Amino acid sequence: MSAAFDEKVHNTLADANLQLAIYRATGRLIDHRKHAVAATALPDYQELRTHANAVKKHTIEHLDHYLEQFEANVAAHGGQVVYCQDATEVADFVLGLAKKRGAHLIVKSKSMTTEEIDLNERLEHHHLESVETDLGEYILQLAHQRPYHIVAPALHLTRYDVGDLFARTLGVANETVVEKQTLIARTVLRQKFLAADIGISGANFLVADSGAVLIVENEGNARLTTSAPKIHIAVAGIEKLIPRAQDLAVFLKLLGRSATGQALTVYTSFLSGPRRTGEIDGPEEFYVVLLDNGRTKLLADRAKRESLYCIRCGACLNHCPVYRKIGGHSFPWVYSGPIGAIITPQFLGIEHEPSLPFASSLCGACAEVCPVKIDIPKVLLDLRAEVKQGEERRGVNRLERLAFKIWAWVMCHPRLYEMAAMVAAGVAPSENGKWLRSAPAVMNLPPVRAWLSQRDLPPAPAKSFRELWRRR
Amino acid sequence: MSRDAILNKVRTALGRTAGEPVATPPPVRLRVGEVDTDTRIASMLRAVEALAGKTHRAATAEDARAYVAAILDGKTAVASNAPFLRECGIVDLTGVQSGLTDAAALRALCATADVGITSADYALADTGTLAMLASPAEARLISLLPPVHIAVVPKDRVLSGLDELFTILPLPAEQTSSMVLITGPSRTADIEQILVRGVHGPGEIYVVVVG
Repeated sequence: MSAAFDEKVHNTLADANLQLAIYRATGRLIDHRKHAVAATALPDYQELRTHANAVKKHTIEHLDHYLEQFEANVAAHGGQVVYCQDATEVADFVLGLAKKRGAHLIVKSKSMTTEEIDLNERLEHHHLESVETDLGEYILQLAHQRPYHIVAPALHLTRYDVGDLFARTLGVANETVVEKQTLIARTVLRQKFLAADIGISGANFLVADSGAVLIVENEGNARLTTSAPKIHIAVAGIEKLIPRAQDLAVFLKLLGRSATGQALTVYTSFLSGPRRTGEIDGPEEFYVVLLDNGRTKLLADRAKRESLYCIRCGACLNHCPVYRKIGGHSFPWVYSGPIGAIITPQFLGIEHEPSLPFASSLCGACAEVCPVKIDIPKVLLDLRAEVKQGEERRGVNRLERLAFKIWAWVMCHPRLYEMAAMVAAGVAPSENGKWLRSAPAVMNLPPVRAWLSQRDLPPAPAKSFRELWRRR
Repeated sequence: MSRDAILNKVRTALGRTAGEPVATPPPVRLRVGEVDTDTRIASMLRAVEALAGKTHRAATAEDARAYVAAILDGKTAVASNAPFLRECGIVDLTGVQSGLTDAAALRALCATADVGITSADYALADTGTLAMLASPAEARLISLLPPVHIAVVPKDRVLSGLDELFTILPLPAEQTSSMVLITGPSRTADIEQILVRGVHGPGEIYVVVVG
């Protein structure tokens, strides 16, 4: 485990208020989802999951075809697709367009893809004002923090934090009533919407047969971002495609319910091209930025390709016992939780945080709630194998390998195992049948010490299972 | 150029060649059940109420007009150019402005009006959703900028749900640059998961089904 990862985990575990905040927020989201997908509320939930998985599998396996179809249909409706390989290319495109159009102010709606490429920071570096407009994201932008959760970005902050932050950064009175805080944000951001030159959004889906961008949200900020300014730019990963508008009937039923327990979010926008002749309002220019940023690397791996099916509902975070303890900021990149643990190493390279695939109990809760049935534990195991193969090639961690070889050998020889167990039980430390909380001197090796720092060890039983079995 | 580079990487990763035919995608999955009109309307109104919206079943156009007039009660409103609002006489109510076709003028009006009044192309009974297609009759901002949104919908527009909507409209982009589904008032739970209505969009929504 890298020192940074280790430190963030420990800080989160030590912060009782933060622990409570994570536990409550994720608990509530678990509850909402459970009611929304119950057999009484959505009888064909499992069928929908199976269908969504099949559609995603098909799309990803023919991605080049659907990218080209999407591109042609965007063009047919008067928009333009811009392919970008990385963060720099996206920033260059937006900066170039802003310069050509004399734009200064950008409003942004929530997008994990733009978080991934630090778009705001890059634009601000070139003196463009880029304002987040989702309430949670706006708070985080003022606090210079990154999202704590894919769906609930500011779940780690209290209304007292927000009151202090607004007072300090906006020069308003310190308000701790959430309704008043929301009104402050609405007032500030309304002015930004009406003055903005460009709106940048993400996309939940890209619809190939329509050349359309689909965005779900609850606040209305994405609608304003995509309707009020003269230019709309949607930034999305290439994996967001689905073949047909009619497929949305399946995906929309799953997304809102899995994320927040809503049958549909308050606003679902299906946007295709700029304002048309006769339409009264809407943008005059429409661009869709299709971002690679590591995705094609992942695509080549047949076994782990399914990681790209993700529709970013966040259910795996809420249900993950590890996420619920260590929180979103412990993870090394913008994507946290189980999905973050599988896509971060594949987007950025496994050496980025090699211990990440190991930060899981493999309990399988994530796979059980995933609306598109990504087998996250299996992908985690594949990644673990990759990390270990890499270590073997580089010749590191020899002691661990030796220990496991000996262990495997003993396990394959029953008589030897029995003898070893007897010896171990004889010399094992005992505190009168109580669980051990710390290692005695003889066991105080670094790996044992680390293991015991977070766990207690049960005492050795008086009789082994094998012995009991013989005497039964 | 990045376009070709990315498409080439995708094809190499998948072992495909340019223009290679595509296997048949899984069939579209749309299940439209038979639901009679009264059941639909009842379900629609119940779903909207469950989201803290207010509803009214108007027997006649005159009834709808009276209901809207009572909500307005001296407030200013901007109404869309939907013919149905004209048929109901809603555009003639005191304080209502309608008939705008200029984007800047409409935006200025929407930014100050107390209420936005629209019709809807469709309504979805199971989720209490309004489906609004941008057109010369319906602008985007009327249902978005004012703090209150009133939608007046003829009863034959109430569909059973999403599956029926996508059966009727397999390709919404052929008709409009923007189809928006509206399900309840604007809301957030971003601070301590406390529900607040009316963040950026209208915090109050009224749905009137006529007929």
